[in-house]
Amino acid sequence: MLYARRAWIVLWKDLLTERRSKESLNALLFFTLLLLFLFQFALGPDRDRLRAALPGLLWLGLVLAGLLGLGRTFIAERDNDCWEGLRLTPGDKSAIYLGKLLGNFILMVVVEVLLLALFGFFYDVDIGPALGKLSVVLLLGTTGLAAVGTLFAAMTAQLRARELLFPVLLLPAQVPILLATVSATAAALDGQPLAEVSHWLKLLAGADVVYVAIGIMTFEFILDV
Amino acid sequence: MSEHVEMTRALGWLALIALLAGLVAGFGYAPREETQGNVQRIMYLHVPSVLTAYLAFGLVLLGSAAYLLTRRAGWDRLAASAAEIGVVFTAITIVSGSIWGRPTWGVWWTWDARLTSTAVLLLVYVGYLLLRAMVDEPETRARYAAVVGIVGAANIPIVHFSVYWWRALHQPAAMLGPGRTPMPASMQMVVLVNWIAFTLLFAYFLSRRLQIARLEESA
Amino acid sequence: MIRANGLRKCFGAATVLEDIALGLERGECVALLGPNGAGKTTLLRILATLLRPTSGTLTICGVDALADPERAREVIGMIGHGSYLYPDLTALENLRFWTVMAGGDTGQGRLMMALQQVELEAAAHDRVRTFSAGMKRRLALARVLLGRARLLLLDEPFTELDQRGRKWLSEFLLAFKAAGGGVIVATHSFGSGLAVADRIAILHGARLIVDRPRGDLSWEELRRLYDSLTEGNGAVP
Repeated sequence: MLYARRAWIVLWKDLLTERRSKESLNALLFFTLLLLFLFQFALGPDRDRLRAALPGLLWLGLVLAGLLGLGRTFIAERDNDCWEGLRLTPGDKSAIYLGKLLGNFILMVVVEVLLLALFGFFYDVDIGPALGKLSVVLLLGTTGLAAVGTLFAAMTAQLRARELLFPVLLLPAQVPILLATVSATAAALDGQPLAEVSHWLKLLAGADVVYVAIGIMTFEFILDV
Repeated sequence: MSEHVEMTRALGWLALIALLAGLVAGFGYAPREETQGNVQRIMYLHVPSVLTAYLAFGLVLLGSAAYLLTRRAGWDRLAASAAEIGVVFTAITIVSGSIWGRPTWGVWWTWDARLTSTAVLLLVYVGYLLLRAMVDEPETRARYAAVVGIVGAANIPIVHFSVYWWRALHQPAAMLGPGRTPMPASMQMVVLVNWIAFTLLFAYFLSRRLQIARLEESA
Repeated sequence: MIRANGLRKCFGAATVLEDIALGLERGECVALLGPNGAGKTTLLRILATLLRPTSGTLTICGVDALADPERAREVIGMIGHGSYLYPDLTALENLRFWTVMAGGDTGQGRLMMALQQVELEAAAHDRVRTFSAGMKRRLALARVLLGRARLLLLDEPFTELDQRGRKWLSEFLLAFKAAGGGVIVATHSFGSGLAVADRIAILHGARLIVDRPRGDLSWEELRRLYDSLTEGNGAVP
């Protein structure tokens, strides 16, 4: 199917570029490490306070890293005039959106895994027993964050005020996802079964569907004239 | 064109009369609430404000979607004007809610469900207006704003549920809740009167704003 | 192939193109001449469906390009000022990407053949970052070839090419025309672009003031006409 091929080749290109230049991933991973120190210094040496704040810190870290990482989604296109080249390709442009979304999803998952590992290590938290439940929350939350992030990254890529506009537009849209994921993560780390927070999970799933659907439907309007 | 001007003027007068009626009703007709006292009367400002804000943002959604489908600039003007006025009414909602909350709960701001989701609403649409301010090309601006408008509107129910589950301090949705009406009928009447007044006021503002927008574009 | 009528483009208060009518047949090449800033790129981009005109009609290969740009794009190949190439990818990888995006077939052999046609097969596995401007141009042509373009829109393609490159491009365009394709070349200087053209159109003052078969005017006449237009307000003969 041509649509799937196109989405796939966009993903392939981004992964290949990233593997060659390693620009985004290295910087993001290092940024994540820095965040860890920032949180520690901001919250003070009280271990328990950190542990209580852990769900929030995890997602805050992800949102912040997302601001950096997601904002760069279309940087290669913008710098090399490939934006115009993409506009000229025939067919459904939303395939490009999906390819980019997948790329961002993978990127964010890598950052998350690192964040979790670092949190477990530095803040002495045992993530193990909650890992399965956490994975579910992570996957659902990441999809939503990446979906709206990719869409807005496309929009702001061409604007001169992009560094300001991107967070200003993105963060309010990510608020509900943040609320849901933090609550669900807190419950998971607390040892509660996922059924307890099923309403949050359903909200996340619903938000994911809505955001991805909007992304697919409106991407062509951002790309095109 | 002049019928528009006349219609707008008529709307303005209507709105003024309705607002006066609402004011009188709010202070004269509505009974004094036992526990909260007179400050509770600010509800007659607060509730209609938020309802009007939602009306405004519904129009933003309509204008945005219609613009993307038809590419007619009129729809974009509608979305932009409605967003501006909606932001004003949202601000009124938050401020009035805050004033209401101070003597009632002792704090200027609480992170309760209704206030918080209204605040997020404000952030979304201020972002919308900022985007519009930063894009010069009118067609690009209209397209991008339309996408943000649609995401913003889709966000509203999601924010609503997420914040509501997150906190539950606020009084249960007195008029929009299923069946339960803790408000006596007289109060409901006053809210209704004020709501009509606010809607008329909104229509007046929108009409004027659209006129200005049309003039701006033809200049 | 192209039927454009009454094309008008305004950017805010400035009218860049006014009442442009242009036609192109299969196997024909039109050279669009005009000084910098005359609006050639704008017109070319409108024809490429990259830009929407303020008013007018545009039909490309029978498709209404304004109502259904997606379908029109299937036959359009554009080489603009940008190179549309990802610097960190090799020539072959770039071709693979753009060919899939254009819906073409990417059997390895086919990609290599395209590289051979533009004489870049030696650099197939080199990163585009290391390419010269001429090589990037040739790679862009290979990309266009692999798509199913029947209409080529070229914006200043001969600049940054050396003598050999120019000769090569001219031959390429002649072969493209002979195979039934249509070409529009936008240029601001006299040179190779005009040699391959069947018709010459001059864009000046937001209008197409000249649109004649090349054979009608001799080189000197054309040069004089062009110079008079670009220097002062020349009258249209």
